Amino acid sequence: MSTAVTPGKRTSRRDFETIAGWIGDGAHVLDLGCGDGSLLRHLRRVRRASGYGIEIDDNKVLASLKNGINVLQADLERGLSGFEDDSFDYVILSLTLQAVRHTERIVRDMLRVGREAIVTFPNFGYWRHRLHVMLGRVPVSRELPYQWYDTPNVHVLTIDDFEIFCAGHGMRVRQRVVLDEAGDEVKLLPNLLGALAVYRFDKWSA
Amino acid sequence: MSQGSVGIVKPEMMQFDEAIGLKGGARIEGYQLAYETYGELNAERNNAILVCHALNASHHVAGVYANEPENVGWWDNLIGPGKPVDTDRFFVLGVNNLGGCHGSTGPSSVDPRTGKPWGGDFPVVTVEDWVNVQARLASRLGIDQFAAVMGGSLGGMQALQWTIDQPERVRNALVIAAAPKLSAQNIAFNEVARTAITSDPEFYGGHYYEHGVVPRRGLRIARMIGHITYLSDDAMDAKFGRNLRENVLKFNFDIDFQIESYLRYQGDKFADTFDANTYLRITKALDYFDPAASHHGDLTAALKNSEADYLVVSFTSDWRFSPERSHELVKAMVENRLNVSYAEIEAPHGHDAFLMDDAIYHNLIRAYFERVSV
Repeated sequence: MSTAVTPGKRTSRRDFETIAGWIGDGAHVLDLGCGDGSLLRHLRRVRRASGYGIEIDDNKVLASLKNGINVLQADLERGLSGFEDDSFDYVILSLTLQAVRHTERIVRDMLRVGREAIVTFPNFGYWRHRLHVMLGRVPVSRELPYQWYDTPNVHVLTIDDFEIFCAGHGMRVRQRVVLDEAGDEVKLLPNLLGALAVYRFDKWSA
Repeated sequence: MSQGSVGIVKPEMMQFDEAIGLKGGARIEGYQLAYETYGELNAERNNAILVCHALNASHHVAGVYANEPENVGWWDNLIGPGKPVDTDRFFVLGVNNLGGCHGSTGPSSVDPRTGKPWGGDFPVVTVEDWVNVQARLASRLGIDQFAAVMGGSLGGMQALQWTIDQPERVRNALVIAAAPKLSAQNIAFNEVARTAITSDPEFYGGHYYEHGVVPRRGLRIARMIGHITYLSDDAMDAKFGRNLRENVLKFNFDIDFQIESYLRYQGDKFADTFDANTYLRITKALDYFDPAASHHGDLTAALKNSEADYLVVSFTSDWRFSPERSHELVKAMVENRLNVSYAEIEAPHGHDAFLMDDAIYHNLIRAYFERVSV
């Protein structure tokens, strides 16, 4: 599987290219919390992916529609009961994991509905965030751009936290890419030097 | 982005001499259809949109009549130059359905076999029959394939049926405030409406035209019950509350509350303009609609030949065709891997919300049509 992302055509979000590199051509994808639909649009363009985005916010639903993707307005917190088992190749939760309340249920549903799941999240263990906390402030960064009083994020987690979560919830990590703030891959001390984590995983039983 | 009216429009009439067999087994030897069009059919003939009407509407979808400037088309807020359904880009067609009472052949038309109005002998028509008839009109107008077929409520059901019966003739379907079939409660409301009509002493088994009367009392009640189901509890409360018409309770059975006055007014207005036999048949068409029935109740199987892209829209306060009913539609489309987008509009107006000028709703329709290439 080649990572045929056109150089110079950088997407606004750096996790997109990693995800596009992982999924197969023509993959059928469900994107949870699809925002303005730019990830699905990207995957459709570079991977001929099909599928749907789920979004609750009226303005983002409209933006997704304008971006030409299939968007279904729904509240993720109410689960994915409308979708059959194994109906997608990949279920993606991009920069949304930290903002959902029923995390365990959603991850379980992702692995029920999709053959594989992909999540991306800002790493709270990133050294700048640690520094913020050491200096007595809640971190605010490119990945965590909110103030404590207006953040949609209800969970903070680190890369190490997520790996423990995977091990405890029957999730087998297939691939992991950790990016720094510049969008470059971090190999050394990812939980300290990585700002954004991108995981691909499936069920242990699979 | 100017938002204008299509202006003065004129209904047209198309005569069909070839017979049509209906789903119920009856045949109609010849018929006519009343229709209106707005905008221009382009040279490629690929910019046509069919707007299907619901229970009490007609082919008069947009604009006004020269001699009736108050008679504005029922979806005029959505359709016109620069509007979400932009008649500068699209050629829009509205048709009065077979069995209707606004110019198309229906129960009040003369049955050529008897020289008298069909009355109670006019057959029961179905959504499938309407799609069949609409397709014939489209062919006459030189439209091989619609860019979109759209409608709200029963109109949305026709749009869905189009994608099942004529998959190669429709590229997009907008299924708004609809359902894959009626629930027992929906049918129950329709049955109350029909019983009101058929038990009116002036109904005469549907042959009231010959007696020079109309079952007005029954039709009024039918409309009153229908109207209650189109509005939400909250919308009614906000609009009328327990407001009194004359500030005192009268301790009789005249009008006390504003809601009573409103319902009576709506009932009277409807009884003046709508045909009871048509109302009976349209409610039956609603009750019978169930495209999954011929696939052992499997809606996903019913849509397996569809090639259309869909926009499905529901409204949060619509308890007649609730968002959950639209979820059933979306599920079947997703299981067929069809292109579908779905919006659930926060709206207080109940079922009638699909007719309202709501910015979020209209922006979605606009954005969807901007995606439709012609």
